[in-house]
Amino acid sequence: MKYVALVYYQESIINAMTEQEWHDLNQECVAGVERLTNQGNYVTGQALQPIDTATTVRVRDDEVLISDGPFAETKEQLAGFYLLEARDLNEALHLASRIPPARFGSIEVRPVRELPPRD
Amino acid sequence: MITDDQRIGQIYRQQSRLVLSTLIRLLGDFALAEEAMQEAFAAALRQWPDKGRPDNPTGWLIRTGHRRGVDQIRRKQTAHRYSHLLPSLEEAFSEPSEQTIEDDQLRLLFTCCHPALPLEARVALTLREMCGLTTEQVASGLLQKPATLAQWIVRAKKKIRLAGIPYEIPEASELPERLPGVLRVIYLVFNEGYSRSDGEQVVDVSLSAEAIRLAEVLAGLLPEGEVYGLLALMQLHHSRRHARQDIAGELVTLEDQSRALWDQPMIQSGLGWLEAALALTPTGPYTLQASIAAVHAQAPSAGVTDWGRIVRLYEALYRQQPSPVIALNRAVALAMRDTPADGLRLLDALVSHKAFARYHLFHAARADLHRRAGNRDEAQECYQLALTLVSQGPEHRFLERRLNELKDSS
Repeated sequence: MKYVALVYYQESIINAMTEQEWHDLNQECVAGVERLTNQGNYVTGQALQPIDTATTVRVRDDEVLISDGPFAETKEQLAGFYLLEARDLNEALHLASRIPPARFGSIEVRPVRELPPRD
Repeated sequence: MITDDQRIGQIYRQQSRLVLSTLIRLLGDFALAEEAMQEAFAAALRQWPDKGRPDNPTGWLIRTGHRRGVDQIRRKQTAHRYSHLLPSLEEAFSEPSEQTIEDDQLRLLFTCCHPALPLEARVALTLREMCGLTTEQVASGLLQKPATLAQWIVRAKKKIRLAGIPYEIPEASELPERLPGVLRVIYLVFNEGYSRSDGEQVVDVSLSAEAIRLAEVLAGLLPEGEVYGLLALMQLHHSRRHARQDIAGELVTLEDQSRALWDQPMIQSGLGWLEAALALTPTGPYTLQASIAAVHAQAPSAGVTDWGRIVRLYEALYRQQPSPVIALNRAVALAMRDTPADGLRLLDALVSHKAFARYHLFHAARADLHRRAGNRDEAQECYQLALTLVSQGPEHRFLERRLNELKDSS
């Protein structure tokens, strides 16, 4: 099955890190991706720029509305995602527990929904 | 004379959970397995009276249910939902061994208690699927509307299917992480039953008895110390069920209970499981709590309770689970071993803890120690505070009675 692991954390925790801590965290994530790839669990993934770079798009009555920032203010912000291939939820949760920001943020694990075939 | 229908009814009660848990594994879907199981029993009702009962009824029911399930999928194939299951199902069916059928029981329990499901759904699913209670019975036991309960169960089954919650026993390395969750659900079922029996409402199922039965099944399947410890703890508590309330339904404290009303065979069974639990190390929190219950169970009267041992057990428990509630119990035990004033000193140190501000048992415990110490005013004050925090019912009436006794004597 395919699962998306959404990585959330408070950006304030990252902002409070020293250069060295930030560097180490990134290296740990790189090593994690390498391990997931070797195990055959990694499909794709991406880290995201901080939330203040986000722009939200909505279409209402055919009008495109563009606004600054995320749609909703939340305590933790989306920081990246992984698309994982896992046998079942237990394996997906196990993999998610080893994503480094799980230690100070949270990882939301969701099974993917395949869109129906084209009519 | 026993009729065939009665005999099949008996087999249903004894075997339906085994048949169901194996069918869920074979068919890969809860709802489908349940339907297939019902059909298998219906087929038994039709065929056994004429053709005679098969030598291995469980095997027959599983085989028949499996066939019905596969037929179902074929019929529904256009519906898409189960079609992905077919290829593996069409493989030759082989009779599951006794060991496999036992493992299926564990698979079902670990799935029902999966931490990815909301706690309330875990309790409901466990009672429904593992204990075989009807939705109405579970609803009555948990004081919920049947429609609410049915919705919890539907949602849980949907999540099991869509999120890919596996039907498996955790690996030995994962067991320490997963087993406590299962034990927690069983103990929650027990305590639901325990507190319900205090309520005004009459319920037609004993959740406490169901929890004990579940733990007995689990103890037979998974020889872990804490499984035995939980079973011992529940049996030792349950042995006092006839003594905890008087004829009028009023609460009777452990101290005032008639020990002749304690269920001795159940105490003996509980002590046996406790011994088995203590033989397996490390000693976990359920085993420690069972050890405390055992001290009470073995004291011929409240006055000769070995409070020194209880204090030591609470200290060991507190080292494993440093929770304010255990600190409270330890202080009460210490008051009983030494003097009420010693216990009060410990409780006073806990007063500022925010967990206690609205916890009626904390104020009730302080009230009781002040009463024992002869501090009438302080006792009254604490009883009054406890009364504002406890909902109506036997506990409320008990505290009121104590308060009135104090007022009468002054």
